[in-house]
Amino acid sequence: MALVAETTRTRAIGSLGLGWLFGPLAILFVAFLSVPLIALAWRGIESGDLSEQMTSAFVLDALRLSAITSTFTLLIAIIAGTPLAYLLARRDFPGKFIVEVLVDLPLVLPPTVAGVALLVAFGRRGVVGEYFDDAGLNIAFTTTAVILAQLFVSAPFYIRTAKAGFQSVTPEYEGVASTLGASPLRAFWRITLPLAWPSLVAGAILCWARALSELGATLIFAGNFQGETQTMPLAIISAFESGKSIDVSIALSLILLAAAAVMLLLLRVVTRTAPVRM
Amino acid sequence: MFGRTTLSRIAVAQLLATTLAFAACGDDDDPPEPTSGPSVAATQGPATQLPGTEAPLATGDITVFAAASLTSAFEDIGTAFEAANAGASVTFNFAGSPSLRTQLTEGADADIYVSADTNNMTQALEADLVVDEGVIFTQNRLAVIVPTDNPANITTLQDLSRDGVKLVLTQPDVPVGSYARESLLKMQAEGSFGATFSDDVLANLVSEEPNVKAIVTKVQLGEADAGIVYVTDVTADVAADVTIIEIPDALNIIATYPIAVTTNANNVAAAEAFIAFVLSEDGQAILEQYGFQSAE
Repeated sequence: MALVAETTRTRAIGSLGLGWLFGPLAILFVAFLSVPLIALAWRGIESGDLSEQMTSAFVLDALRLSAITSTFTLLIAIIAGTPLAYLLARRDFPGKFIVEVLVDLPLVLPPTVAGVALLVAFGRRGVVGEYFDDAGLNIAFTTTAVILAQLFVSAPFYIRTAKAGFQSVTPEYEGVASTLGASPLRAFWRITLPLAWPSLVAGAILCWARALSELGATLIFAGNFQGETQTMPLAIISAFESGKSIDVSIALSLILLAAAAVMLLLLRVVTRTAPVRM
Repeated sequence: MFGRTTLSRIAVAQLLATTLAFAACGDDDDPPEPTSGPSVAATQGPATQLPGTEAPLATGDITVFAAASLTSAFEDIGTAFEAANAGASVTFNFAGSPSLRTQLTEGADADIYVSADTNNMTQALEADLVVDEGVIFTQNRLAVIVPTDNPANITTLQDLSRDGVKLVLTQPDVPVGSYARESLLKMQAEGSFGATFSDDVLANLVSEEPNVKAIVTKVQLGEADAGIVYVTDVTADVAADVTIIEIPDALNIIATYPIAVTTNANNVAAAEAFIAFVLSEDGQAILEQYGFQSAE
């Protein structure tokens, strides 16, 4: 799947017929995608005093927690995911197919399923969590649980994109580097990594965006408590549940919308320098 | 571990159900238009039927937005109502009372709103979402629940304030969360629990769940040490997994449930018939079967 950066060669308007046919449908769909976002912004402007909402402890706590957890998630995904992505791109090993499926599964799995799976694995009565509990380690209802939930659903975005990036680097370059005396690690660090860099950054942005938007798994596995486990998406749903005013939900949504827009922009900038495949 | 498998499986299924319902609550804004046939207009006549009197058969679809604590009882009432009115069909949307109110504010299509407190109903009336403040049709009370194996060894209400207990409630805007906090204040005021009892207990709060059913699930799974729920939430399915610690009447809060027709109701006649059915002996019997108390 090619992403963003491929140069689009617009065909001369020779085939007008198709344009007439597809144009209106395309316009309808663009409207469908843009109307909710415009409505969100409009309601935000209409409510006026959103700055007050945006600086409330409720919103700031959620903002802080989201920033911290998604950053940790991203760091873990990069540190642990890069070697895996490299091995998947370069080596054949028994069970590779199974590993690939495992990495891809969270992409298509509903996050609520991820939440239940994490709970029955790492919860207090979970298959593994039982032993953690005996050792005095508690994960459920903690910020750690939030990070685990985010990592489970978002790391695959990084690993997939990084793997494709490594695959796009010709292995011969590493070979040449080692004949010139570079150690394998040095060849990886000086040759492969810089060449795969745009993919790694694109993967990191996608991973971060997914971590930031994580809701279902967090709610089930980590619970919902201001300052501890209540990230931005959970705060949106809590504000909605409180029935007070939808303004808080709108304020939080606008912040996440802005963050998403910035990330897409970054993605555009990164992928402009080199094509990125997923 | 294997002994718990079946229980955990049920609990997990319920967890999925409550969370999915919770996650989906935003999507409910646009249920299909009720296919009210022409006969509906004909049945529009007497408002609320008195219990026991011969009611004209209700027809058409109605959508009922009801507090999550009513889930099991209202599902049964819905079935009984449909059995008594062959032409009628009831669709439920169960969630926390304020969440339902937000959905109504944003234009969700419902014929009836049922709140677990008068506060949310009053706010709904002020926002012109319901035609009147409704009828109080049933009552409920609170209880503390702990997992059967009781990991935090909670045997009295006083134990809730012990350091390190993992307590789960809802946020204060959801009726059960507000009632629970009121009850804690009553305990504190009573004297023997200590002057800071309420604060000490709330310091143990680890999660504010979306609705009361989610509290039950977290306790049932043993993830939380204790929760404060309605006595009616300890249904037959749950009873084996949790132990109840009763809250004496003097310290308890009586939850009152009002039911009202919404301003945008598509099928007022059937909505009123449904409310009459809830108030009827049959309806009240089903509620009592689930542990609700009849409203005086």
